[in-house]
Amino acid sequence: MLTLGIDSGSTTTKGVLFDGEKIVKSLIVPTSASPKQSINYVYDQLYCDDVVYTVATGYGRELLDRADKKVTEITCHAQGAGFLDPEIRAIVDIGGQDSKAILLDNNLNVVDFLMNDKCAAGTGRFIEVMMRILGEDLQNIDNFVVGKTPANITSMCTVFAETEIVSLLAEGADKGDIALGIINSICRRTSFFAKRLNLYGKIFFTGGLANFEIFRKTLEGYVGLPVVTSPHSQYAGALGAAVIGWRKCGATK
Amino acid sequence: MELIKTLPDIYEEFSEQRRNSFMAAFEMKEKNIPFVGTFCTYTPTEVIMAAGAVPVSLCSTSDETIPDAEQDLPRNLCPLIKSSYGFAKTQKCPYFYFADLIVGETTCDGKKKMYEMLGAMKDVYTMELPNRQSLMGRKLWREEVVALKEKLEEKFGVEITEEKLREQVKLMNKNRLSLRRFYELMKLDPPPMAGFNLFSVLYGSNFKFNRWEAIKEVDALTDRLLKEYEEGARPISKKPRILVTGCPIGGGAMKVVKAIEDNGANVVCYENCGGAKSVDELINEDAEDIYQAIADRYLNIGCSVMTPDNNRLNLMGRLLEEYKIDAVVEVVLQACHTYNVESYSIKKFVTERGIPYMAIETDYSTSDIGQLNTRCAAFIEML
Ligand code: SF4
Ligand code: SF4
Repeated sequence: MLTLGIDSGSTTTKGVLFDGEKIVKSLIVPTSASPKQSINYVYDQLYCDDVVYTVATGYGRELLDRADKKVTEITCHAQGAGFLDPEIRAIVDIGGQDSKAILLDNNLNVVDFLMNDKCAAGTGRFIEVMMRILGEDLQNIDNFVVGKTPANITSMCTVFAETEIVSLLAEGADKGDIALGIINSICRRTSFFAKRLNLYGKIFFTGGLANFEIFRKTLEGYVGLPVVTSPHSQYAGALGAAVIGWRKCGATK
Repeated sequence: MELIKTLPDIYEEFSEQRRNSFMAAFEMKEKNIPFVGTFCTYTPTEVIMAAGAVPVSLCSTSDETIPDAEQDLPRNLCPLIKSSYGFAKTQKCPYFYFADLIVGETTCDGKKKMYEMLGAMKDVYTMELPNRQSLMGRKLWREEVVALKEKLEEKFGVEITEEKLREQVKLMNKNRLSLRRFYELMKLDPPPMAGFNLFSVLYGSNFKFNRWEAIKEVDALTDRLLKEYEEGARPISKKPRILVTGCPIGGGAMKVVKAIEDNGANVVCYENCGGAKSVDELINEDAEDIYQAIADRYLNIGCSVMTPDNNRLNLMGRLLEEYKIDAVVEVVLQACHTYNVESYSIKKFVTERGIPYMAIETDYSTSDIGQLNTRCAAFIEML
C-alpha cells in the first residue's frame, strides 16, 4: 500500500511514492510550458495499483483532476521537511519564482509563514539571471567560489544588480568574487525575510539552491541558527503531500 | 415589510445598489436636492443630512481609473486614493459629478494632499481631524463639526437648527442599530450568510438615499434570515471563523474575502471601515451639547490615523470574543503606511490571545489572485 504526492512547482514537477516509512520511488521533470501536462505525466509514471491516495500540491495543484486532495505547498513543505528531519523548527525555501519561510511549533505544525512572490530578487530566478551574465554554470558554483573574496553587491533589485554586475565585470573584477558576492546578496536578503518570523530552532533549507553547500553555509552565517538540508530536500513538498495522504486514508500497514 | 425576492437576488441588488442609485441621484438633483461627497468614516453625516443634503461616499475601489490618476499622482500611493482621484478626474463617477460639495478630513497624508488637488475640480471642504482622542482633540473636533455646519449653511443657504440636527442624529442611530443587528447575525455558528454577501449589504445600504427605506429593508432582511435560520436553514456550513480588519475594502479588494471563503473559511466579522468600525458606536441623543456628542462619537473611531490607536484594539478585543473568531486576516492596501505600520501591534494583540493572524498587502488589481488563494488556503490549513 502506497500514497502518491505530486508537487507542481514553477520550474520543476516532482512526484514521490511513499510507503509510510520511506520514499519508494521519485521522479522530477521540468514543468516546461505546460504544468498540466507535467503534473499528469508524473502521475501516469508513478501511479500503480498499490496507490490508495494521491495529494497534489504546488501552484499547479488544481490541474490534476485525479488527485484525491489538494493541499498548499506551505503545509506540504512543512510536513515533508518535518518528516525528513523532525528536529527542525522552520523551513526556508528558495524556489524558482518565489521564496517562503515557514515557522513550526514543537509538534511540526505550521504556526506562521511568509511568502515573497512579488519580486524576483531573493528567488532562484535572481541567481539564474546573474549566472547567465557571468557566463557560468550554476552546477559548478561550489567549486567556482572556493577561496574567493565576495564582491560587494548592494542592489536588492534584480534589474539594478544586473547593471552592477556588468560594471563590475567592466572594471575587470574576478568572476568568482562576483559570484560569491551574488550568493551573499541573496542569502542576506533571504535571512532578513525569514527573520521576520520569530525563528528559534534548526532551519531546513529547501529549493533548488539547497543542493549547493555554499548557499547553505552562507545562509547559516546570516541567520545565526543551524541550517540543514537533505539530499531529498527538493522533494520536500511532494513527500509532504504523500505523508498527508498517508494520514488522510488512515493508512496502517 | 416583506421581501418576496430570493436571497441571492437580494444580495445581488445590494451589491448593485451603488450603480442602481445613479438614476435616483439624478432625479434628486433635478429637484435641487444637493449632494455632498464624502471619503471617510469620520465625516459626521448627520450634519450634512440636517442641511437637507444627501451624503454619498466617493471612495473608489476599482483599478479602472488608476492609470489616469497616475498621470498626476505618484505610483506608490494607496490604490484607494489613486482610484478615487482617478474617478474624479475622469468624471467617471456620477456621484462625484453630482456632488455640490466634497467634505474631506485631515486623515492620512495621501488623502489630505489628494483633497488639495480635488479642490481644483470641485468645492472641497477639509475638516481638521485631530490625531488623538485627547481633551484638546475633542475640543478641536467639536469646533470643526460646528464649522462644517456653518459651511453647509452658507453653501446651501439653509439654517441647521438644533432640532433638525437631533432628528438626523436619531435617524442615523437607528440606521446604526439596524446595521448592527444585521451583522450581529454572524455571531450564529454556522453563520446565516456568506461574509461576501454580508459586506454587499452593508456597503449597498449606504447607497439607498432614503434612510428610512434603507433601514426598513435591512430590518426585513435580518428578520427573514433569522426566521429561516430558526426554521433550520443552514446555507453556510461550519468552517473556521475569520475576522477581517485593516484598510477599507470593497470592490477590487473583495478578492481577499473571496479567497478566504473559496478556500475553506467563513468571514464572519468586518472590523474595518464599512463594518463595525464605522457602525459600532452610537451618538448620545440626549446629550445637552449635541455638537460635542457628535464630535465624540466620530472622534472615537479607531482608525490607524490616530495615535495611539487604542480604540481599534478595544473594539477588536470585543469582536474577537463576541464572534468567537478563529483567525484574523488584515488587509493592507499597498503604500498605506498607517495600517501597514500598525499591523505590527495588531498582530501582537491578536496572537497574544492565541489567535492566528495574517496580513495581506494588496491592491485593486487581479494580478495576485493566484498567490492570494495559496496564501489563504495555507493559512486556513494551519487552523
Ligand atoms: S480607514 Fe480611517 S481614514 Fe480610511 S475611511 Fe476609514 S476612518 Fe477614514
Ligand atoms: S487605506 Fe490607508 S493610505 Fe489609503 S486612504 Fe485609507 S488610511 Fe489613507
